[in-house]
Amino acid sequence: MNLEDQDMDDRITAGQDMTNQNVTDQNIAGVDSADHIGRVHSLETFGLVDGPGVRCVVFLQGCAMRCRYCHNPETWKKDAGELWTPQALFEKVYRYRNYWKKNGGITVSGGEPLLQLEFVADFFSLATEKGIHTALDTSGNPFSMDQEYLTRFGRLMDVTDLFLLDIKAMDGQLHHDLTGQDNANILAMARYLSEHGKDLWIRHVLVPGLTDSEVELIALRELTRELSTLRRLEVLPYHTLGRFKWENLGIPYSLDGIPTPTEEEIRRARRLLEL
Amino acid sequence: MNVRDFIQNNYTPYDGDESFLQGPTKATEVLWGKLQELQKEERAKGGVLDMETEVVSGITAYGAAYIDEDKRELEQVVGLQTDKPLKRAFMPYGGIKMAEQACRMYGYEPSEKLHEVFTKYHKTHNQGVFDIYTPEMKKARHAHILTGLPDTYGRGRIVGDYRRVALYGIDFLIESKKKDFAATERQGMRRYDFQLREEIADQIRALEEMKEMAKAYGFDISLPASNAKEAVQWLYFGYLAAIKTQNGAAMSVGRISTFLDIYIERDMQAGILTEKEAQELIDHLVMKFRMVKFARIESYNQLFSGDPVWATLVLGGFGNDGRHQVTKNDYRFLHTLENMGPAPEPNLTVLYSSRLPENFKNYAAAISVKTSSIQYENDEVMRPVWGDDYSICCCVSATEQGKELQFFGARANLAKCLLYAINGGVDEKLGEQVGPKYAPITSEYLDYDEVMEKYDAMLDWLAHLYVGTLNMIHYMHDKYYYEAAEMALIDSHVKRSFATGIAGFSHVVDSFCAIKYAKVKPIRNEKGIAVDFEIEGDFPRYGNDDDRADEIAIWVLRSFMGKLKHIHTYRDSTPSTSILTITSNVVYGKATGAMPDGRKAGEALSPGANPCYGAEKNGLLASLNSVAKIPYEYALDGISNTQTINPDALGHSDAERTENLVSVLDGYFDQGAHHLNVNVFGIEKLKDAMEHPEKPEYANFTIRVSGYAVKFIDLTKEQQQDVINRTCHAAM
Repeated sequence: MNLEDQDMDDRITAGQDMTNQNVTDQNIAGVDSADHIGRVHSLETFGLVDGPGVRCVVFLQGCAMRCRYCHNPETWKKDAGELWTPQALFEKVYRYRNYWKKNGGITVSGGEPLLQLEFVADFFSLATEKGIHTALDTSGNPFSMDQEYLTRFGRLMDVTDLFLLDIKAMDGQLHHDLTGQDNANILAMARYLSEHGKDLWIRHVLVPGLTDSEVELIALRELTRELSTLRRLEVLPYHTLGRFKWENLGIPYSLDGIPTPTEEEIRRARRLLEL
Repeated sequence: MNVRDFIQNNYTPYDGDESFLQGPTKATEVLWGKLQELQKEERAKGGVLDMETEVVSGITAYGAAYIDEDKRELEQVVGLQTDKPLKRAFMPYGGIKMAEQACRMYGYEPSEKLHEVFTKYHKTHNQGVFDIYTPEMKKARHAHILTGLPDTYGRGRIVGDYRRVALYGIDFLIESKKKDFAATERQGMRRYDFQLREEIADQIRALEEMKEMAKAYGFDISLPASNAKEAVQWLYFGYLAAIKTQNGAAMSVGRISTFLDIYIERDMQAGILTEKEAQELIDHLVMKFRMVKFARIESYNQLFSGDPVWATLVLGGFGNDGRHQVTKNDYRFLHTLENMGPAPEPNLTVLYSSRLPENFKNYAAAISVKTSSIQYENDEVMRPVWGDDYSICCCVSATEQGKELQFFGARANLAKCLLYAINGGVDEKLGEQVGPKYAPITSEYLDYDEVMEKYDAMLDWLAHLYVGTLNMIHYMHDKYYYEAAEMALIDSHVKRSFATGIAGFSHVVDSFCAIKYAKVKPIRNEKGIAVDFEIEGDFPRYGNDDDRADEIAIWVLRSFMGKLKHIHTYRDSTPSTSILTITSNVVYGKATGAMPDGRKAGEALSPGANPCYGAEKNGLLASLNSVAKIPYEYALDGISNTQTINPDALGHSDAERTENLVSVLDGYFDQGAHHLNVNVFGIEKLKDAMEHPEKPEYANFTIRVSGYAVKFIDLTKEQQQDVINRTCHAAM
């Protein structure tokens, strides 16, 4: 089943005021015209699985991928979220520095954080100045090998210590079926980061019957072998905890009837990935 | 008398890891197996294995008794409360009615003769208090604006320095008390002199009885303990005397670990004790703490669910000289949770600092991840106030061991007080005038300044009434139910603190936030009493690290404490307060109407200083940061916080979970927070345990609730549901 993006966006937008009511003046007070304003969906101060150690995870608003198993569909819409300046957001998350100790830090997730590349780069620059570990949790979808894009991306790459890259599928067609988007640029991003010496975690959501074929997993394994900076390869078992959100948003959910993977299926996948 | 000095001069700090620890001995397995059978039988019989009906409990009320008569030689530490293991003693001095009611509740018929003695010939604490209560006090008690008061049970919280029995021997303690007694003699003695002289005389008698009790077990405790085994036994005899004479809500053990380690180290160096034997001693001592039982009545069980006794025992901490006080023995005490499985008692409390040895922090956190049986309290905020030899006298409250006592004072329901302010002193549940008849608020929407002003006046009334009530309670407790055995092990000239407490804290805070930042419209009944509230708009809530709400939280505490300071307290004690509710948040909530923060009538209050249910929107650390902002100096009796973390959310492996938990503890306590209960389990486990309590894996499933640990299946159904409702911070 192919999902039509435009249609979907309309549905998410339906019934919601285009001007965001949650915008609080204090977050963007004293905003400078040079500042990049970010749209933030929410904050999880105690994230322990999106990067090493204890992490403050900032979920940004907006994503072009339409992953059929997405557990945060409320973050798709691009024009929602609270508005924050990089400085105000940094001050907010910096309150949790006491908990980060040796290996924790900040993770920016989404939504798709690369859609707000300049904002994230500003935000991470502030963190880097204080010696805080930064991680970017991305699907890689906006990535491009255009020279102009790479210049912008280079500024972000310089202030990002770790990339958590989701690879939804290796096969292009499967990827498109699953997310409504191509994956060539995503695979290119993995290689690009490795070539530039950036630490990488590759993550793969395991959906029984969809993303767990032997061909898929072996292809993923082959890719990861090329990546010299790979620090971790994770299998994330598909779960249905976000299912209710689709209902709340009035979006049809196409994976009903697909079970969460069994322990055995997870073991099998890990075996194929040689974990 | 200076136990602290002995510790400081002789203990050996330990920086190594847990690899030296030994598993349980055969004897430990046999005895613990037997006890587990008895506990199972106890549960099958509805919560009580056996009860005394004919003998009044006392230090020498019974001869020697053992866990298993035929295997008594296996017990390295001996002494039971009654003549059989887990049998509950008859303790009428707190109140004969309650003692009898407890018997009947479990199908036992109390002695007629004792009934006659304690109604005709001897008064009890409970009767004394009710003789002098004012009508207003009775009303406030009935309406539950004052609640959980220790007028039907022992006040507890007095920790004898049980180490003194081992270090000095009873004879020296008696000599020393005799000197104190003689020193009270002066010209023109008056009432307070008489009281002190009578108390010391009672203490001396208790010490004599301790010797006699020990003799029944074949020990002479007149002289100091000469080795580790004796030290453990002597110390336990002191504690045993306390729990044979008092059924206080909290019967803490105190700070004994480092003290006992000195004896163990010495024996090991002399080659007369192995690590295996040392662990066995500690295992058997802990087994005894796990066996402490009191006969309780239904209303008590609702307040303090799951049969807790708060045999609180502290570990870790620093000394004033900068050395940490972690010894191998601290590891041994934690290790009992591995050797004998998780258990709620003793209430193991780690006096925490991020400066503690990494090995010890990691081991404690690993045990937390595994058993959810430990609580943590900030040594860095307590040591400056209480010195470096304090212990925890209840769930979370510090006290200087052997030098100080605390008058326990339950709680005032500040959530209800806010409703009284709105309703002009009329109770929203009873519909009766309970508080003073001030003008109620009649406007359509609540005005922040008006509510503040009326709340302040109502709080004034409540604080005065509360302290007045407690003064009566403690006067009568001293008179009819004096803690001679514990006080015999405390300095005669003792410092006294006067503990009060706050219930409904976060609901008051969020209510003020709602009134200030949103629009709150009272829904009034036909009598004009606000019985519900409509809230229009969003408002900041306590638990999100939002200063707008957290500053109100600090104000709520400071204003209450400020009022207490200006009221005369019994025996010139120093007032303090706590934000701590134990499991009583459920029953207090039942008696409290709807609140302006959106909490519905009858719903459980949030426990302790925890933010309200569902208020936390930014995850655990934002919640912790909010609680950490509450200054300990305003609530020296403790600020309790209980959090449950899903193991999947805490990390991928046990090693990661341990490391992450240490980061949380370091971060939280480095900001000056006072207390944290840590649970590591998922909601599925709770639900399954609630539905299938018979499964063997749940027999010892221990969880931390506000201020103590409890076996989950021993909680009332309502409290189990409350715990489930509160279990958040899961992986998403």
